[in-house]
Amino acid sequence: MIPWIAGLGGYFAFSDQLPFASQILITILFALSLDLVLGFAGIITLGHAAFYGTGAYAAGIYAVHVSHDPLSGLVVAGGAAALVGVLSGLVILRTHGLTQLMLTLAFATLLAEAANKASFITGGNDGLQGIEIDPIVGLFRFDMFGRTGYLYCLIVLFCGWLSLRVLLASPFGQSLVGIRENVTRMRAIGAPVAGRLLIAYSIGAALAGIAGGLLAQTTQFVGQSVLSFERSGEIVIILVFGGIGRIYGAFIGAAVYMIAQDQLAKSDPEFWNFWIGAILVLTVLFARGGILGLIDRWRRR
Amino acid sequence: MTAALEAIGLSKQFGAIGVANDIHFSLERGARQALIGPNGAGKTTFVNLLTGLIVPSAGRILLNGDDITRTGQAARARRGLARTFQINNLFPALSVLENVRLAVAEHRGLFTARRALIEEAHATLSRLGLHDDASTVVRQLPYGKQRLVEIAIALAAEPSVLLLDEPAAGVPGGESGIIFDVIEQLAAGMAVLMIEHDMDLVFRFARRITVLVRGSILVEGTPAEIAADSRVREVYLGTRAHD
Amino acid sequence: MATILDALVSILFLGLGFAMVLYIVSVGLSLTMGLMGFVNLAHGAFAMAGGYVTVTLMNTYQVPFGLALVAAFIAVAVVSAILERTLYARLYGAGELEQVLFTIGLIFMAGAIARKLFGPIPLPMHPPALLSGQLNLGFRTVPAYRAFLIVVSFVLILSLWLGIERTNFGARLRAAVDNRRMAEAIGIDTALLFTVTFALGSGLAALGGGLGADILAIYPGYAVEYLVYFLMVVSVGGLGSIRGPFVAALSLGIGDTACKYLVPEFGAFFVYIAMIGLLLWRPAGLFGRA
Repeated sequence: MIPWIAGLGGYFAFSDQLPFASQILITILFALSLDLVLGFAGIITLGHAAFYGTGAYAAGIYAVHVSHDPLSGLVVAGGAAALVGVLSGLVILRTHGLTQLMLTLAFATLLAEAANKASFITGGNDGLQGIEIDPIVGLFRFDMFGRTGYLYCLIVLFCGWLSLRVLLASPFGQSLVGIRENVTRMRAIGAPVAGRLLIAYSIGAALAGIAGGLLAQTTQFVGQSVLSFERSGEIVIILVFGGIGRIYGAFIGAAVYMIAQDQLAKSDPEFWNFWIGAILVLTVLFARGGILGLIDRWRRR
Repeated sequence: MTAALEAIGLSKQFGAIGVANDIHFSLERGARQALIGPNGAGKTTFVNLLTGLIVPSAGRILLNGDDITRTGQAARARRGLARTFQINNLFPALSVLENVRLAVAEHRGLFTARRALIEEAHATLSRLGLHDDASTVVRQLPYGKQRLVEIAIALAAEPSVLLLDEPAAGVPGGESGIIFDVIEQLAAGMAVLMIEHDMDLVFRFARRITVLVRGSILVEGTPAEIAADSRVREVYLGTRAHD
Repeated sequence: MATILDALVSILFLGLGFAMVLYIVSVGLSLTMGLMGFVNLAHGAFAMAGGYVTVTLMNTYQVPFGLALVAAFIAVAVVSAILERTLYARLYGAGELEQVLFTIGLIFMAGAIARKLFGPIPLPMHPPALLSGQLNLGFRTVPAYRAFLIVVSFVLILSLWLGIERTNFGARLRAAVDNRRMAEAIGIDTALLFTVTFALGSGLAALGGGLGADILAIYPGYAVEYLVYFLMVVSVGGLGSIRGPFVAALSLGIGDTACKYLVPEFGAFFVYIAMIGLLLWRPAGLFGRA
């Protein structure tokens, strides 16, 4: 319950920084989607931005060329990303180890390349501009202070979180944990492993796409960086910092990372990446459970 | 009547070495059969071939009359072929109940109500005397009980054929009794094939015995026939006598 | 007709140079993956470091090209050996995820350090006067540096192969890649072998970075930008293989160049598609063990 009280409180506490706060919410949703893929299904990916970017471009292009309606735009974003998830998952999940890792990266690079070359529809290097969004259900207009945007992101995030929780508590979610823990035994008890992972991968893709769609709608802009390796790497880092495979890690990781970046990057933007890298190395060597893992350890004392 | 499980000319080569050579084998419905043979005879390999963990080089496998040679491991399990592993192959980070519940869910389908799954998992645990350990994390369970969880997971799928790979392996003699009590109480209709080293247990359990030597079936028969067979004495019992 | 032939020769020539650089950088990654099972995504950072050392020594200190390359090889090999002993070795038994995260951390750090020291813009590479300009082959001229790069790379690759086939170290290396436990059982010091192989692979990457500085621009984004190429060479070639990555690098280098030359509007699109198709057909790569 705490994250939602904080989320509602944030609306009043940071009323002058709501666009930034919305970015945090979007990043949380993006990190949650990765937690399903990486933390629960155990698929290591270096290309999760492929789905975020697909969602962002899909929502953006939909708004520019088809309709300004935000909710159907999100459906389009999630659907497009899920489609990319199914198609790439069919290939990626047939492989293992380094090859799988490389393929996740290759698919994201492929999409980034495609977005770059298809500048007639994506805006290429200049980014996709001219995104206009109608009031939500015809009532709530997006204002220049980002109030509507923030509450919109909060509600979508809440729905995403809720569906993920239900999914993970279901027998399906349990079977994902089973596959992560012991894939041989899951096969021996009759679980169609490849199919399960493909479903999880595609749902993760859809959620990431919705996060990307939110970004496009609230910032009314899509830049090429949505598909970049940095974005894919960053979201993995955020999840690891927060704590992997435990849902709330995404909340903590995204909030801490974004606020730290906002503060530190101001004073020394060039060296921000150095500290991120250093903290990641230290996390792996000494604090594998991330922030939530550290809190657990401290509590047990 | 078709056999519950049948292997026809089953072979497997690893390079030039044949670990299963033209095996013709059949397990009748409700069978209580043992698979014995000296170390390295290929007993576990044979079970792995039957369950699809290893792909055969030649031959066919029939489950209740259906050809499953090309069927994947998981699909065979869904059709009623269950197994246990010689070395514990569990979900060590999950509780005993969760271990069994995973198997129940695969059997009943993922859309079964959660409560029904949990109830059924509890029922399986009760049958095996594991009820008090339901919420214990498997990693913290004594070894003998972990062997019971192996069996519980296999039974949760209500299989028509059960392959037990040394169910009491590594369990001190005094504690293995409960494992064999459980095995003796298995449903009468279920065909059971057990790999076992302990001859006393084999003769207590089995109504038929298959002897595997160097990847080939040496002889098959009733316990009395096997005990009287000179080749078995020479090849198998003989080597055991030197232990 | 002449123009088509001309284009083909150009593609072959440019592609071959690219392929050589890719192979020299990536072969070390294949070895560390095959030998230690370590997913070293930061491998490209060693190539980048080699590029920076080479170019800086040449541009700022007027060190001759050859000497600068040797210095880059030694410096990077030594640094990587230290990193291997102090940090990498701690994660040999760890899961793939830990290794991935750890090496991503190193990539971020290496990129930030490079940006701090050398700025965000690629360092210009000035080959020695002898190697700049065009080389007349009789029927046409080619860039002299590319010709030099191809010849030097061939010599380097041949000596690497001979070293692995003929020397005692090579024999141990092959034994350990093939069956590590057995190698340990017959008394091979695998920890030492790991360190030496790691240092050698990183040193080679540094050479590749220096030699290929005018093909793969030396800038802070190097390790990220070309990561997918290095990984492609290794996974298509097959982990632990020496020859597989060579075939993969040749196809990738020439294919990529051909795509960018013939259908620039699609970029490297077809190369990726071909690579994905190939891995669907052979998930363990061309020369990998399934």
